[in-house]
Amino acid sequence: MSALLDLWTVVLVSAGAVFYLAGTVGLLRFPDALTRLHALTKADNLGLGLVVLGLVPQVGGVIIGIKLVAVWLLVMVSGACVAQLIARLVRHGSDPAP
Amino acid sequence: MAEFLTGAACFILLVVAVGLVRLLRGPGDADRLMAVQLLGTGSIALVLLIGVVSASPALIDVALTLALLAAFAGVALVRASTTRRPPDNSQ
Amino acid sequence: MTLLFDAALVVVLLGLAAWVVLARNAFAAVAAFIAYGLLLTLAWLQLHGIDIALTEAAIGGGLTGALLIGAVIRLRTAPPAAPATSMTLALAAIAAATTTAVLAACVLALPDPAPTLAPLVADNIAVTGVENAITAVLLAFRSMDTLLEAIVLLFALVGAWSLGADSAWPGRPGFAQSAPPNGILAYLARILPPIGLVIGVYIFWTGADNPGGKFQGATILAAIWLLTMAAGLTDAPRVGSRWLRAALVAGPLGFIAVGVFGSYSAGAFLALPPEAAKPLILAIEIALMPTLTLILALLLPGPPQRTSS
Repeated sequence: MSALLDLWTVVLVSAGAVFYLAGTVGLLRFPDALTRLHALTKADNLGLGLVVLGLVPQVGGVIIGIKLVAVWLLVMVSGACVAQLIARLVRHGSDPAP
Repeated sequence: MAEFLTGAACFILLVVAVGLVRLLRGPGDADRLMAVQLLGTGSIALVLLIGVVSASPALIDVALTLALLAAFAGVALVRASTTRRPPDNSQ
Repeated sequence: MTLLFDAALVVVLLGLAAWVVLARNAFAAVAAFIAYGLLLTLAWLQLHGIDIALTEAAIGGGLTGALLIGAVIRLRTAPPAAPATSMTLALAAIAAATTTAVLAACVLALPDPAPTLAPLVADNIAVTGVENAITAVLLAFRSMDTLLEAIVLLFALVGAWSLGADSAWPGRPGFAQSAPPNGILAYLARILPPIGLVIGVYIFWTGADNPGGKFQGATILAAIWLLTMAAGLTDAPRVGSRWLRAALVAGPLGFIAVGVFGSYSAGAFLALPPEAAKPLILAIEIALMPTLTLILALLLPGPPQRTSS
């Protein structure tokens, strides 16, 4: 059982790390601000989400596990809102860049 | 297990640190802010990983604080860039 | 593996620090400074300073970033400053080099092993009734420092207010903010405050036994309040308001009252009688929390700018 849980952690944390990599590659390679925003939100939601889900079996306590998931939910709410705000800033041209 | 999680932490740290190149290059405020945002999310994952490796649940409170305030820099930028200021005659 | 992590952290921190100093674009420097604060949080965690990491997360992630971003955007519309002469540049270089040299000399002159009072704290912490050594030091063993810090913060706010124009006195700090009531900012400012309130009070309460405490909790509450102000849902109070001024002095006054109580019951100012140490520590924290929240939140909008409404 413990080996299975460890496998779960290894697979999910690795997958989360891959999404962080994808977020960085997108942030660096995509041509404009709006597409980069798209890459960023993947790291926010999936990268952190998979890391959190992977870590849940390792913390040894239901309450702590719930707190871990709460961290992820908070990041999803604020990440989604900030993505909207940034997108509007870019679109309305308040941003001095191309 | 601790070895693997520390390795994952190293990987994520390096990856989001490379993302900071966008902070250096810009070109716009939004691009730089996005690099900070990515580093912020990455830091939360790193805090959680360190917390599990060192078996200290108090670290989750640090992650909770970071997560709660993750939106702050973005809100501050949007607010400051869109506020119409009255003419500054205080000087 | 841990060594690799620490080494990477140090390299990125030094790189960001160099960028903050060298960047020509002010916003790029500020953004890098926020990133620097995030990595500093990780560095404190690696040094097992969880309380400091929590403070860095709250102050660096929330308040400092917002303050600096506001300053940068404001500077863009300000008239350009006179360019630095070679004289001022030379003076700045000499001052910076001297400071660095003195700091380096101090660090190198530190005795090894460093003098520590930690065993003394560990021996006596049971008397205070709290389990978090940081809280015990801040509120029992060195409470005079904490009292003076609270008063310094109050003076900082008075200093910021005193920069306001006479015509704006005693108005509201900062500019009027409004956002579309159904917009995304107003949504965020409605959804986060209840969660932030719970987390802020939780961090405050858990500070007795775990990392946390009034300062970190107050920072979180201040940040949440500022968010509702940014969305135009609440407004900063008028600086002339009586309840505001009463709340601002309530924390230090409560602290001093506990100190005076100590000179009667335990024989010295700010001494805590062992049988009542924990309730008194809690009383100080509860008294300071609202004051700190108000001061930290009102330092951001700055001096009063609006007299009407």
